[in-house]
Amino acid sequence: MDLIIEGLFQAFRLIAGLDAEVFSVSLLTLQVTLMATLISTVIGVAAGTAVALNEFPGRTFTVGLINTGMGVPPVVVGLITTVLLWRHGVLGRLELLYTPSAIIIAQVLIATPMVMGITLSSIQQIPRAFRLQVMALGASRFQMLWYLYREARLPLLAAIMAGFGSVISEVGASIMVGGNIRGHTRVLTTATVMETSRGNFDTAIALGIILMVLTYAVNYILSRIQQRGRQR
Amino acid sequence: MTGGFVLRAEGLRVWNERNFRIDIDDLSVREGEVLGIIGHNGSGKTTLLLALAGLKKPDCGTLSFRGAPVDIHGPMTEYRSRLSMAFQEPLLLHATVFDNVAMGLRIRKMRGRELRSRVEEYCGLFNVGHLVKRQARTLSGGEARRVSLARAMAIRPDLLLLDEPFSSLDLPTRDALLNDFDGIAKKIGGTIILATHDRVEAMRLCTTLAVMNAGKIIQSGAPSEVINGPADEFVAAFVGVETIIEARVAEATSAGFFAEAGGVRIEVTGEAREGESVLLGIRPEQVVLSLSDNLCGTSLRNAFRGVITRTVNMGPHHRVTLDCGFPLVAYVAPHSKEELGLREGLEVTAAFKATAVHLVRKSAGK
Amino acid sequence: MKKRKMLVTAMILATFLVSFSSCAKKSDLILATTTSTQDTGLLDVLIPLFEENTGYAVKTIAVGSGQAMALGKRGEADVLLVHSPEAEKEFIESGMGINRRIVMHNDFIILGPPEDPAEAAKAKNAVEVFRKIAASESLFISRGDFSGTHVKELSLWKAAGVDVKGKKWYQETGIGMGKTLSVVAEKKGYTLADRSTWLTMKKILNLAVINEGDRTLYNIYHVIEVNPAKFPKVNGKAARLFADFIVSVGIQKVIGEFGKDKYGQPLYFPDAVK
Repeated sequence: MDLIIEGLFQAFRLIAGLDAEVFSVSLLTLQVTLMATLISTVIGVAAGTAVALNEFPGRTFTVGLINTGMGVPPVVVGLITTVLLWRHGVLGRLELLYTPSAIIIAQVLIATPMVMGITLSSIQQIPRAFRLQVMALGASRFQMLWYLYREARLPLLAAIMAGFGSVISEVGASIMVGGNIRGHTRVLTTATVMETSRGNFDTAIALGIILMVLTYAVNYILSRIQQRGRQR
Repeated sequence: MTGGFVLRAEGLRVWNERNFRIDIDDLSVREGEVLGIIGHNGSGKTTLLLALAGLKKPDCGTLSFRGAPVDIHGPMTEYRSRLSMAFQEPLLLHATVFDNVAMGLRIRKMRGRELRSRVEEYCGLFNVGHLVKRQARTLSGGEARRVSLARAMAIRPDLLLLDEPFSSLDLPTRDALLNDFDGIAKKIGGTIILATHDRVEAMRLCTTLAVMNAGKIIQSGAPSEVINGPADEFVAAFVGVETIIEARVAEATSAGFFAEAGGVRIEVTGEAREGESVLLGIRPEQVVLSLSDNLCGTSLRNAFRGVITRTVNMGPHHRVTLDCGFPLVAYVAPHSKEELGLREGLEVTAAFKATAVHLVRKSAGK
Repeated sequence: MKKRKMLVTAMILATFLVSFSSCAKKSDLILATTTSTQDTGLLDVLIPLFEENTGYAVKTIAVGSGQAMALGKRGEADVLLVHSPEAEKEFIESGMGINRRIVMHNDFIILGPPEDPAEAAKAKNAVEVFRKIAASESLFISRGDFSGTHVKELSLWKAAGVDVKGKKWYQETGIGMGKTLSVVAEKKGYTLADRSTWLTMKKILNLAVINEGDRTLYNIYHVIEVNPAKFPKVNGKAARLFADFIVSVGIQKVIGEFGKDKYGQPLYFPDAVK
């Protein structure tokens, strides 16, 4: 208990003192996770919608694949990404391993199935007749999609939150592909793990608290968008 | 009242997922017409409406809109923007009533004051003006239907398609909505295609009826034509001819003919050859029941003694089935049933006019 | 309004992305090393010095000695800083590494309950301590995770002639050093630990040093350059610069001073300059 209180004080000191290192680690964490969330939202929502609205051979197989993707452990994704990005790996020419871009790639791979799966089920929950009704009022296909997303905005934003939650809390893949390099690829989760193994429990707890505050802040913004128009 | 064709469909065929098909040779709706597509559930009414609305690609056939052919293979966006459709379920957005009614208008890029006044106008017409700020999901069934109809009509479509818009509502709600809709439709005018399985609703609202069965239009025409001269036994049964007797023409006269069925002779106005097999339809409300067999001096040319086999309370009337050598159905008002003491097993006299018997062709394939 | 918000967000994120690409420099140096050098904070001191002096950006991958050499064998690292002498020799013999040079050492220590039920503190050397623990059947807690520490511990049991397999007094945790120490303190057992972890945690643990300073407990670090002749993609030039840097007089002095201010004693003893 003393340790947690100590951690709270330490967190306060680090934040109030605008500790340059903590600030840059936090900023990088936000940059990386928001970028990964944005990319996986674009890919996941588009692909999830495509699967939800279309009939094609192997559809059930694809849905099963997406649902499996939602449960793949991040370390496995990290391992595969590392092997691909190695100097002598398939994508070695890009020289991306141990860069923030590598973390983004791994996190996109983790979050996309999540966003895709939830998008798929939320679009499927809207009756087919609703789509027809929107079209029957003269909507183009694009306008129909707009109304569809508007109608499914609660679960869709939940999908984005789930994607964001899975990447900001993720540590295994980030360490593997990012390498926890100081000032370069060190993010809050990997820094927390490192400080823990260094025995700097108070700093570790402080980093954990900052991580939770950031997570809460982003989710709060998303929830605001999600819950808009519910008050009346 | 009838201008040119607003929409005409020819040779329209659709296969849907369950291999059910509609097969429409020629169906058209004229300016200002209210065309009722009537038929049982599953007869293909919804599929037909979806095909007409450009929401289900027909497998073959042509559509022409105000004389110009519609490209049924394209996205049909331009065609769809000219009409609107309301479904059996209200299918409202998770948004306010205002947003719902504004939906079609916003799709058409209407904004600002113009949008607001149009939405308010149609909400007012459908008596939901006081609900504009309510969330759609808090509405009652009847209110939701009103909003759905206001939404479809607010865009002032060239053609309005309605799929069972009044079904599965409780009776008073449905009556009030029917009344209001009737008034609005007459006031605004406009061309409407209405699919319904309720013949009373169809007779009340429509200027033309088209009876649909198993994907085909069996008969179309003015409501009185269809009701009084059903083209075959299916239409007859559907429009409310409860008694259909198979008979043989025994004797042709100048005024009509006598047909024999179950050992009795029925006088019919109309033309038939002697010896021909015919179907005779008798509407139950045109059958009069009495206890005595003294019906002389009336114009009721047909009178038969029969035994009541069954009475069913239908609410506004009793449905009485008799055996007069052939089965005959009559509707009797509750007070008459009391006065006459009608019950199962009682022998009574049933009478009807010669003109009340309709000569009905046999349904193809039956 | 929603659209505008999304647009603004997208633009902010786009600028983030641009800022990333600018920090990706060519010909970075990849240093594969053990977690202990990172955990003690030594690399946080050395790496910035190297980067300042040479202009190379260093990507430190803190893994275990075994994994570091595995990366070297695939040409996925340029230079190694490791402490597993046997494996290192093998690595050099296979031709994957060149120029193995000694850098520094720290040491392992044997920890136990202050009461010392095995009376092991009286023993002359580390092997004898282990014999006494075995003879008194006092609880011994092992890392059990094939880490450098675990490997060292197994070699000491071997030297002591004790077979620990299946013994009731011998338990394995399978977790990291810090957590293992907490378990040892709770259960009042003995264990082998590295000095730096002990120093960072000794405040909160009720344990005593039973034996230290024995030559057999030394933990020696070598720097090895991955052979650029084997892997064209390996940055041999930078690797040589780093190896030369870490054994240079100035840096050896920095290593010798490291940790004195915080723990009152150095964490590493420089060995490259005699």
